Amino acid sequence: MPVSKELRITPIRNGTVVDHIPSGLALEVLRILNVEALGRESTISVALHVRSQRMGWKDIVKVENMELSAPKANAIALIAPTATISIIRETKVREKHAVSLPERLVGILRCPNPNCITNQGEPVDSEFEVTRRRPLAVRCVYCERSVEDFVPLLTR
Amino acid sequence: MSLKGRDILSMRDLSRPEILEILKASRALIPVAEGRRPSRALEGRLLSLAFFEPSTRTRLSFETAAKRLGARTITIVDPAASSMAKGESLSDTVRMLSCYADLIVLRHPNEGASRLAAQLSDKPVINAGDGAGQHPTQTLLDLATMEERFQTLAGLRVVLMGDLRYGRTVHSLAHALGLFGSELTLSSPERLSLPEEVRRDLDQMGAKVTEQPDLEKALRGADVLYVTRIQKERFGDLAEYAKVSGSYRLDPALLRNMKEKFAVMHPLPRVAEIPPEVDRSPHAVYFRQAFLAVPVRMALLSLILTGRVPPGGGR
Ligand SMILES: Nc1ncnc2c1ncn2[C@@H]1O[C@H](COP(=O)(O)OP(=O)(O)O)[C@@H](O)[C@H]1O
Ligand SMILES: [Zn+2]
Repeated sequence: MPVSKELRITPIRNGTVVDHIPSGLALEVLRILNVEALGRESTISVALHVRSQRMGWKDIVKVENMELSAPKANAIALIAPTATISIIRETKVREKHAVSLPERLVGILRCPNPNCITNQGEPVDSEFEVTRRRPLAVRCVYCERSVEDFVPLLTR
Repeated sequence: MSLKGRDILSMRDLSRPEILEILKASRALIPVAEGRRPSRALEGRLLSLAFFEPSTRTRLSFETAAKRLGARTITIVDPAASSMAKGESLSDTVRMLSCYADLIVLRHPNEGASRLAAQLSDKPVINAGDGAGQHPTQTLLDLATMEERFQTLAGLRVVLMGDLRYGRTVHSLAHALGLFGSELTLSSPERLSLPEEVRRDLDQMGAKVTEQPDLEKALRGADVLYVTRIQKERFGDLAEYAKVSGSYRLDPALLRNMKEKFAVMHPLPRVAEIPPEVDRSPHAVYFRQAFLAVPVRMALLSLILTGRVPPGGGR
């Protein structure tokens, strides 16, 4: 395991590392991870504006005692398509993969159209389908509105 | 391929062959729609017409279509008098309607309402307009009007004029015309131009689209002029509304040099976009268009409920 600076600061025993986050989006990733819900025994470390060979600058988020659920991984894929996720068990990287976005996103984004039926208090989850991968664009399956700016629309 | 049991929610859900099948069925039903040949093809069927937003034309034409085929209807017309006013969700209303009727026709102020309804209903749902969203049966009758006039939809040169931004009929019409290889000319004030994403969708289909705000130039060589209403509600500034709507008024003199079959269409109701003088012109097709709403909706009801059109239109 290459020893990097940020690793020396915060080695974790068990948990999740989200690396290669586009610089500036770490706090959004934390919001998605809903770290407030973790117990007080967990360390959360965030590295902002770290040098990266691949991306120039990046952010990193490390959360102890948490393994990522699929909806959260999808939400991260949406705002940070370059991110890689590593699962750490007993201080070793056990799994490492790039995030990937499914064809349909259920309950992750709020529809930006205030008149959309998903914003009227009906018992229905929002749902978007991916219409373009690069750059990423999705469309509400209900009102057919297209969305390209995701950060303000993430549901909590 | 069968439309039996299908929902009709957006033109996006219909393929070219399916569109053509609906238009063919509609042609066969014209004598029934005109009252020349009685039909009981849908006798014993009960349709729910759920109109949670004012509509005259669409509701009456669905009701006419149903009754001309012998079906009966139950109608919600005034949301204020229905349980929606008591705060019942659309979801619950739809579940109820779907156990009463064989098919639901839904007009609703919120975009996507009919897609939600279709998910909850085990009976087919026809979208009769959802907010500023889709209105597929309007597009189908627009296509039927063009096809009747030109015997084809392929390669027509269509000018879309007026409010191309908010006019809900125009977006799905543009999409459908793109499917059939029409050449589109967009003639609108800049602030009412076609939304970027609709434009992109057309480009992706390889449709030929040009913009020409000058109507006289736009009309050169055109087969169809499709006029939409410019809605006052879209303008904060009434002076600007007056200016824009004044400039988008069809000057009857422009029709003088058009091709013989050239057609002026309008989804109605019109305000001042088409002056009454045009009504007498052989190019005025909008009343025929309004009539064709009936056979097109008859065709949909038959195909969805029975999978076929009664032979010879009647029984
Ligand atoms: N025990 C650990 N505690 C905290 N972070 C770790 C641990 N092990 C690995 N990481 C971090 O997880 C990510 C993936 O690890 P690794 O595959 O070793 O590195 P890289 O992706 O830089 O080649 C890196 O950001 C690394 O710093
Ligand atoms: Zn929506």
